Amino acid sequence: MNTSEFRPLDVENIRKDFPIFATEPPLAFLDNAASTQTPRPVVEAMDAYYDTYRSNIHRGIYRISEEATAQYERAREKVAQLINAPRTRQVIFTRNTTESINLIAYSWGTANIREGDEIVLTVMEHHSNLVPWQLLAQRTGAVLRFLEITDEGLLDFTQLREVLTEKTKLVAMGHVSNVLGTINPIQSVIEAAHAVGAKVVVDAAQSVPHFHVDVQQLDCDFLAFSGHKMCGPTGIGVLYGKMELLEEMPPFLGGGSMIRSVERDISSYAELPAKFEAGTPSIAEAIGLGHAVDYITQANLAAIHVHEQELLKYAHQRLKEIEGITLYGPSAPHQKMGVISFNIEGTHPHDVAGILDTHGVAIRAGHHCAQPLMKRLDVIATVRASFYLYNTIEDVDRLYDGLCRTQKLMTRRKQ
Amino acid sequence: MNIYQEELLDHYENPSNYGTLPNPDISHEEDNPLCGDQIRIDLMIEDDKIKEVRFRGHGCTISLAAASMLTEEIKGKSLDEVKQLSKDDILDMVGIPLGPVRIKCALLGLKVLKTGAYGINCWPGEEDE
Repeated sequence: MNTSEFRPLDVENIRKDFPIFATEPPLAFLDNAASTQTPRPVVEAMDAYYDTYRSNIHRGIYRISEEATAQYERAREKVAQLINAPRTRQVIFTRNTTESINLIAYSWGTANIREGDEIVLTVMEHHSNLVPWQLLAQRTGAVLRFLEITDEGLLDFTQLREVLTEKTKLVAMGHVSNVLGTINPIQSVIEAAHAVGAKVVVDAAQSVPHFHVDVQQLDCDFLAFSGHKMCGPTGIGVLYGKMELLEEMPPFLGGGSMIRSVERDISSYAELPAKFEAGTPSIAEAIGLGHAVDYITQANLAAIHVHEQELLKYAHQRLKEIEGITLYGPSAPHQKMGVISFNIEGTHPHDVAGILDTHGVAIRAGHHCAQPLMKRLDVIATVRASFYLYNTIEDVDRLYDGLCRTQKLMTRRKQ
Repeated sequence: MNIYQEELLDHYENPSNYGTLPNPDISHEEDNPLCGDQIRIDLMIEDDKIKEVRFRGHGCTISLAAASMLTEEIKGKSLDEVKQLSKDDILDMVGIPLGPVRIKCALLGLKVLKTGAYGINCWPGEEDE
């Protein structure tokens, strides 16, 4: 790929690939941190599987099964290229980020974590990168420790040295906060963690869809993300792991596909990646994910990032004009991704979301699966708008207009 | 204005029976874990009738307005009558169409009432599930 020649996103043409935006006025879909829309080429690739070569993969001794296997494995290659995995086998297909992290916690965690060991997390983790570690700590007697954030919503780096000790066996951390949009200095954390001999799990659910993530450059031990947040279908996620770790880890789920040979009382297990893909996987969804990778790569991840930064800057400017609004997270757009969390004084986030919905603006309101972060921010919930490659300045304007109307409706009565 | 009608906003702005009772016969509080809304209802019972009622809490327009409407509805009624109140009765009071998530907001008050007064510990409308 020629990265020296930068092409801005052709948003108008991109939007034509998404039938959901064909209405008038178009849906202002600003809930991309939860799940993104699916472009036609991805749906068509999955349709082609169902219409022309639907069959189970691996071991099928007939043409269409061979085709399905080839397409499923082709998807794995595309994902491996996307994140620059040294070997394609290091890409394990799961259901989603949550399942990937649970796989690490059960397999690697149970084999390696002992009583008194410390697992370091941050206070801004999504529940999917918190609860699996709580469960592991309960099983093993390990201790969870938390890195705090500053009032700006940035990781409190000064605390890192004190928290990371020879007791630390694992650091599990989101690359980008799903609530604040904060881009965490993951590279520095990985270096510091490795210096004390700890492994690092990166929850990349909010980063891989939006900018180029290189697992070799990061030198992370594990990395997890979901297909449905990057133009792919639901039901398919990815776990990347370092070769030597994946090789040593015991299986997670037992069943078909993950075995080499099975006796009555004992089995030997398949090589990677099959060892961690028990049972018939999400075949169509994996193929769809492969095409989603093609889609965002062709659009160009660098251009997607620039486009989202423009929307973010504009949204910051407009939203600040609204009376009684509080924006959470870093104020400098370059420290964050296209995610804005906010509250309007005196109005419950669910009311904001309900009123915006009647104006054709889809945003999320709630705790965003990050209850410890809500406590840290001292709020019950927030409203969150999040962008992707198909969003426009007009979407932001409609959010702004909807918020002005909400504000008027909810406060005029208090005068 | 379609989803936020005047009556609803009136109840939200000036809720009826808001506050607490000094020596309630029944006092119960619950929250909706989905959105963190929280409602407490205090009841004073005399001759099996609800003589006095107060509610208190924080939440969205729908949950607080519905709770306010509910307190107006039950005041002076017998416990037997109140026990019959259903999900549909509340939705009729609220009077606007609600999606599945917001329905729980509207029903939080009734859930608090039914759990506190009758020990019925499920969401109204899900009794037989």
